[in-house]
Amino acid sequence: MFYFVLKRIALLVPIFFGVTIMAFGFIRMLPGDPVAALAGERDMTPERHAEIMLKLGLDKPVWQQYLDYIWNLLHGDFGTSVLTNRPILDEFLELFPATIELGLTAMILAVVIGVPIGIFAAVKRGTLYDQGIMGISLVGYSMPIFWWGLLLIILFGGVWGLTPISGRISFLFDVETVTGFLLIDALLSGEEGAFASAMHHMILPTIVLGTIPLAIIARQTRSAMLEVLSEDYVRTARAKGLSPLRVYGLHALRNAMITVITVIGLQVGTLMAGAILTETIFSWPGIGKWIIFSVFSRDYYAVQGGLVLIAMIIMSVNLVVDLLYGMINPRILHTSS
Amino acid sequence: MDSVADTPRKSMLRQNLAEFWYYFSESKSAVVGLAFLAGIILMAIFADFIAPHDPTIQYRECLEHAPAWGEEKCNFIFGTDYAGRDMLSRIIYGTRLSLVAGGIVVLLCLSVGIVFGLLAGFFRGWVDTTIMRIMDTIMSVPGLLMALVLVAILGPGLLNAMIAISITYLPHFVRLTRSSYITESSKEYVIASKVAGAGRFRIMFITILPNCMAPLIVQGTLSFSTAILDTAALGFLGMGAQPPAPEWGTLIAENRDLMLSAPWTVTFPGLAILLAVLAINLMGDGLRDALDPKMKRS
Repeated sequence: MFYFVLKRIALLVPIFFGVTIMAFGFIRMLPGDPVAALAGERDMTPERHAEIMLKLGLDKPVWQQYLDYIWNLLHGDFGTSVLTNRPILDEFLELFPATIELGLTAMILAVVIGVPIGIFAAVKRGTLYDQGIMGISLVGYSMPIFWWGLLLIILFGGVWGLTPISGRISFLFDVETVTGFLLIDALLSGEEGAFASAMHHMILPTIVLGTIPLAIIARQTRSAMLEVLSEDYVRTARAKGLSPLRVYGLHALRNAMITVITVIGLQVGTLMAGAILTETIFSWPGIGKWIIFSVFSRDYYAVQGGLVLIAMIIMSVNLVVDLLYGMINPRILHTSS
Repeated sequence: MDSVADTPRKSMLRQNLAEFWYYFSESKSAVVGLAFLAGIILMAIFADFIAPHDPTIQYRECLEHAPAWGEEKCNFIFGTDYAGRDMLSRIIYGTRLSLVAGGIVVLLCLSVGIVFGLLAGFFRGWVDTTIMRIMDTIMSVPGLLMALVLVAILGPGLLNAMIAISITYLPHFVRLTRSSYITESSKEYVIASKVAGAGRFRIMFITILPNCMAPLIVQGTLSFSTAILDTAALGFLGMGAQPPAPEWGTLIAENRDLMLSAPWTVTFPGLAILLAVLAINLMGDGLRDALDPKMKRS
């Protein structure tokens, strides 16, 4: 197990350097004068130009700039935003809970609905139920989620007036930030209705962000279950006269979960990409909206820092999934080490 | 020239195609997807004849006109947009942009991905390690974010969006090519052709590559649909095709302010994206079942 963990971590080292080289190169590949682009100023005097160049370290040789960059990264310095003049890491950490909160509720929605309907479709293989579920999940999988979000806004927000269409909470409430997770903060604040308002604001973004993972999880659960259902031990369990609930829910599901958990873990990247669109549509103050804003306002250090931070988060989640996979499926451990 | 040596090869190809069609047509939904896709392609080719109006003409007296037919004035089945342009015509012309974008992305990925995959599989060692680590790096960032960053460097526009999306899909193609190449290269027919004195390029491209194509074709089809989605997403974010180009995502973006007062301007382009992507995915599922050797019941 120890070697397994060590090996998996060692595999991440080249990727870490790859991502940092990419992020480092990104700033140098920008069109035009990098000094002007990074400082966000125009018509600089030559003195000002030289001053900024010195301040940003652009006068040094490239390899030294890269080493400095890595050195800073390893010390938690991801650069400073040109717009707000604040450290990127601070901005990121401030907005990140909003993205996690939305990502978690979307994932919960996807798992809570996707796994059962996937199992159901597998058990009822070939029936109308199966075809219906698979058809709907293919529609979900093919969904342009930005349009899906707008459609829900038109219907639920506009036509029926059932849900709010932007933001995290009604402006009537002024919830103090403790954890950054608004649902928890709203409960802690003790304000009447704050929690309900926050929940109310989450409904549409959660559906929109959860749609594609839900479709993927339902499809993968179905195929994992189908594979397991044809195994000998399932036939044995059925022949022993165990109840269907026990056969499917215990014997089959437990083995199908190995695949399902991996699929769930792999959805983190999908969620991050989906968050960019979902947060933009619903004005959700998280990382996705921040990245888009940074791209448009040419805050390149923020884009660069966001890129590295998101890549690091996804790498760590994948590592955890890998290790989990090794733990629940000991066969992997033995073949790879 | 129809020499004796050519005849068996030709009939084998025909037999393979017939076998493929037999398995593919088993799935009705796949055939429906294929037919729908064929319809979309025809619509793109003959847009000039099918579209009722010029997609750029602004009918100033019919601004944001609701879908209507049989009326004397302002006869627009899908309504008009904020500038009085016919939505239906814009969507029909938009198929060209989306299909071309998806097609070019797949072609770029296939050609570059196959070359890198073959190089990695053939040379192994440091060539393999370098190529695969670069691919791992690309894959460690979510596709849309990666594409956004690349477009930020290259500048917004449909062509740059296509290039950026291709780069984010490339790792899948390289990995697939490499792994099927490695599996195939230890088989007997490859050794036989080596013994017969075939050069390395002949072995790579003529002996082995055709046998690696099945998974690549499936991956290509699935990437075709995601490429259409991502092109539209970039267009929606303002980083893809720029107005007044009638790209589907761009159409949604430019009419977004009207979505509550004139919902048809947003609804129809999105429906077009959904249907096109759905058709390709239906076809892709059928292709996978027909081409996947593991599933083949022989």
